[in-house]
Amino acid sequence: MLKNLRKKLMMLGECFSMSLSNILNNRVRSFLTVLGILIGVTAVIALITTVSGFSGTLSSSFMSMGAGTLSVTVTGSDLKPGMTTEDLEELTELDIVEGITPNVTLRSRLSKSGKYKTNVSISGKNFFYFIKTADAVERGRTIHPTDENSRTFVCLINHDIMEELFYGIDPVGETMYIDGVPFLVIGVLAESEGASVINLLSGTASVIIPYTTALKMNNANVVTSFTVYLAEGADSTQASETITETMDRMFSFEEDCFTVTTMSGIEDTMNSMLSMVSTLLAGIASIALVVGGIGIMNMMLTTVTERTMEIGLKKALGAIPWQIQLQFLMESFLLSMIGGLLGVALGLGLSFALCQATCCLKRSKVHMKARRTT
Amino acid sequence: MMEENVLLSMRGIEKYYPMGDEQAHILKNIHLVVRRGEYLSILGPSGSEKSTLMNIIGCLDTPTSGDYKLNGQAVEELTDAELANLRSREIGFVFQNSQLLPRLTAEKNVELPLIYAGVSHKERRRRAQEMLKRVGLSDRMEHYPNQLSGGQQQRVAIARALVGNPSLLLADEPTGALDQKTGKQVMALFQELNAEGRTVVMITHDINIASYARRVVHIIDGELSEGELTSSEGGSYA
Repeated sequence: MLKNLRKKLMMLGECFSMSLSNILNNRVRSFLTVLGILIGVTAVIALITTVSGFSGTLSSSFMSMGAGTLSVTVTGSDLKPGMTTEDLEELTELDIVEGITPNVTLRSRLSKSGKYKTNVSISGKNFFYFIKTADAVERGRTIHPTDENSRTFVCLINHDIMEELFYGIDPVGETMYIDGVPFLVIGVLAESEGASVINLLSGTASVIIPYTTALKMNNANVVTSFTVYLAEGADSTQASETITETMDRMFSFEEDCFTVTTMSGIEDTMNSMLSMVSTLLAGIASIALVVGGIGIMNMMLTTVTERTMEIGLKKALGAIPWQIQLQFLMESFLLSMIGGLLGVALGLGLSFALCQATCCLKRSKVHMKARRTT
Repeated sequence: MMEENVLLSMRGIEKYYPMGDEQAHILKNIHLVVRRGEYLSILGPSGSEKSTLMNIIGCLDTPTSGDYKLNGQAVEELTDAELANLRSREIGFVFQNSQLLPRLTAEKNVELPLIYAGVSHKERRRRAQEMLKRVGLSDRMEHYPNQLSGGQQQRVAIARALVGNPSLLLADEPTGALDQKTGKQVMALFQELNAEGRTVVMITHDINIASYARRVVHIIDGELSEGELTSSEGGSYA
């Protein structure tokens, strides 16, 4: 019994070395055979790691940018098209609210001494926005409450605008024209780092002006979109209810006048979408895997057909049928293993390279910024 | 006493192959007894079904009916695995085109039957080298088949057939692919081996090859007949 087992183990070892030498002796063919598996495994690993890395970055930026904020979009009723400054102040006075930033957008034509740029996205904000995003300004000053109250014509511009309209000169203190109206440039916005989700969702503003000024330029007197910053420790679901109640009262309990969106809600939707995408990609990649498997199957079939002589000879030399079957099984097993392991290595390598590439991108941006400020 | 001396006995062997709707009658009522130490040639033209007979003697195929005993063992009752074991123990095959595995060295080719017999690595090596020495190829052990001449290849094949120390050496046209000179050398080796007491059964269509044997049987259209070689039969059937 024991002897029999030893004999079988020895046979397994012999089979292994025979299969390995067969594979190594047909290097080109073996490589082509495992190529399918290799590509399949690589694709699955690279795609899944990339997507999960991306969703990780996305949700962490959600956490940092979106924690403790609510965004409110107002469609308004016939009687009340939006929120007045007084309404916003009333909301600000709620216990759970730390502050509010209105978001008034317009698209305009910028010009400066003969140079111009059309269809520029301009965003009206208040001073509180700059309190919450302290690193938004690179140079110059921010918008002050007095700018809001007296609707001054001041603006902050980003790097793109600075390079296009103020090439070679310091824009702070200069004047430029927004739709023909002269504005004083009071500051330069810092370049946003990586994927700022807020920017992604609202679109990056090239120019920021006081929201009251923006309302005037839009010929409007009500705000239709704003962000609520919650007081520390406030629960976003509860806060959303309180704000909804307050605003319901303001809109005389008419329905469908506004929507309050919590960031966690957006994040949940985003995450479920991302996981759907990653499942889909993995599914597509596993088709490559199946095709690779078929490749090995096909190759083994060819091998068996072309090695009938060898099979017959081995039988004549006393090989039991299972010993011959074992050798072919071992060969396909080894091929799949080699392909799979190479695929894992390559997939991990590729993911790592991708990760390095995106990190480098970030780093070079930081580097460029550092150079510019010195 | 007589029985003990008999290595192989066939009685009333019939073989049919299905051919379309009909059964082709391949082997017809074969009776054959081979004693230990004999050197027998089975002589027949191509198409005489001598290969089918060889497959049955070599336990690669089983007869449709009839009794076949090899070394006292009734072959019909054995399973595939038991047949493989029987081949491994009792029979050494030599084929027309030596049939060496091209990717293995001469020595590894000779080791092959021992692998299936479950002999340990060291013992295999020792026995394979010893057997290659016996066939006069001690200086060719690490050569690959394509580095050997046809005669050398055939001698490796004979070493491979003998390495398991089988009771029967079964050769199918062992000189078929060789020129006359090397063919003679190989035949001389067979005679030496027979002189050492090995039982040899050789299947051939060449009467000159058959004439090396001490006993010749003829097979024509699947029928066996015991007979002396006569000059009237001429040179060769082929």
